[in-house]
Amino acid sequence: MSETFILIPGRTTDQGCGISEGKFQDKYQNEINSLQVAPGDMSRLGLSTGDRVRLTGEEGQSVEVCIVPARKDELPEGLLFIAYGDISSRLMTGDTHGSGMPTSKGMEVTMELVQKAVV
Amino acid sequence: MTSASTQVYAPTPSIPGELKVIQDATCTFCGCVCDDIDLTVKDDHIIEAKRACVLGKAWFLNHSNDDRPSCLIEGKPASLEEGYDRAARILTDGKYPIVYGLSDSPCEAQRVAVSITDWINGTIDTTTSVCHGPSGMAFQGVGEVTCSLGEVANRGDLIMFWGSNPAESHPRHFTKYSLMPKGMFLPNGRKDRTCVIVDVRKTKSAKAADIFIQIKPKKDFEALWTLRALAKGVELDPELVHRETGVEFSVWTDLMDRMKACKFGVIFFGMGLTMTRGKHANSEALLALTRDMNAHTRFVAKPNRGHGNVTGADNVVAWRTGYPFGVNHARGYPRFNPGEYTTSDTLANREADSGMTIACDPMANFSQPAREHLASIPFIALDTKETPTTRAATVAFTVSTYGINTGGTVYRMDDVPIPLRPAFPSPHPSDYDVLTAIEERVKKIQGVTG
Repeated sequence: MSETFILIPGRTTDQGCGISEGKFQDKYQNEINSLQVAPGDMSRLGLSTGDRVRLTGEEGQSVEVCIVPARKDELPEGLLFIAYGDISSRLMTGDTHGSGMPTSKGMEVTMELVQKAVV
Repeated sequence: MTSASTQVYAPTPSIPGELKVIQDATCTFCGCVCDDIDLTVKDDHIIEAKRACVLGKAWFLNHSNDDRPSCLIEGKPASLEEGYDRAARILTDGKYPIVYGLSDSPCEAQRVAVSITDWINGTIDTTTSVCHGPSGMAFQGVGEVTCSLGEVANRGDLIMFWGSNPAESHPRHFTKYSLMPKGMFLPNGRKDRTCVIVDVRKTKSAKAADIFIQIKPKKDFEALWTLRALAKGVELDPELVHRETGVEFSVWTDLMDRMKACKFGVIFFGMGLTMTRGKHANSEALLALTRDMNAHTRFVAKPNRGHGNVTGADNVVAWRTGYPFGVNHARGYPRFNPGEYTTSDTLANREADSGMTIACDPMANFSQPAREHLASIPFIALDTKETPTTRAATVAFTVSTYGINTGGTVYRMDDVPIPLRPAFPSPHPSDYDVLTAIEERVKKIQGVTG
């Protein structure tokens, strides 16, 4: 299984609270390491909560994260969401296209299953 | 060392076991900078933050006095004096020193950071460059029709959010400024306003909207240009608009009718625009649309700013150098060029050879090439807490927390300056204190007198 998606990193309440509690604490680390996938994409690809997947960016940079289903209709199929932080930023390239800002949202990534969750 | 900022708003020491209440304290977690928080303090620990949102509570209740050394050199505890000396040598030895961060420091400290950069012919940049930097470029190209949040509360009857999710990033935005307040010309508060949210996903904020418009990812520019065309009366192909934006043409015409009919329209925009392909062109499109709408009614735009004093950083760097971020002093005078002098670029392009980061975490938030280069050069880090950046720094200072331990001034996201009212003292120096001490040593090394 390997498919291209558009990744949207963004702020979340738990990510914001986690910054204040400490970036090495569980709350922050759990939040920025959880990838939200649309329920339709999860069932189509046979994915379950806790499965470990690899995301690979346009220059081959990659990260591994665990997936959680997106809430209700929050995420359309074809889009992935992750709380902004260390993991999402590793998927940015060094090029800012003359703006100073790396493309940090709307990144094209391929997602492939690495390990099924232990039930 | 006693700083000018702490002299003005110095916190009173706590008496063991006794409760102390600080009224109208200022929260500096996000750009809303709510200044109506009542803090209850016991034994140098905030135990209650009345009226604070979930992010504000986490901010206030988790900033106790950190039991870490105030200074570490190469990971080992050192005296502050040793730290200041080493920091000054790092900055003056470099041929391309950079100073970066500043969005969680008071204006007084930001001002000193600009001075240091000037003395060392360095490059100064703030976290604005990876936040609303593209909007800062757009302001220069298009201008900004804007207002204070007070005007929004009293007048705004059509409130739009574009690429912004304040329900999670600015939790009191709706209730304090934009949707719920009963204003001078909006006596019924929320009932007198229409809320429109445009985003690529149905965020938590979408629940607050009367109209939610879900556009295709990376099509913000096309959607905004559609509205510009409608505002100007340009004929469009409905099928093409639908195909490009992912939204029925009739939705856009309905929105434009509402925008023209309102008395005071406001567009708050977020990093959904600036971080996505198009970047400053997206912000320019939104600002131009706002300008165009003033041919029909009163319309303003405002970026939703993230960190507590990122707006202050823009203001201070601009009044000191003439430019808001990404400013190079190598020729002895300031030059502005995003994409060249911005920190993502000076690091990823392996140009910077020394640096200082203040209240930011590039080792966690920058691209991998930028992180690898930062880790390979000597640099100083100032932060209230341990972060991946302080761990990688040659000299790491633990500083007190602005607004909790130290006073000063910050700018709310609408460029309104707000004073800080600290709650209890810290054993650590403020970033103002550290930067002032480093500046003194830099001047001494450079042979500057006075």
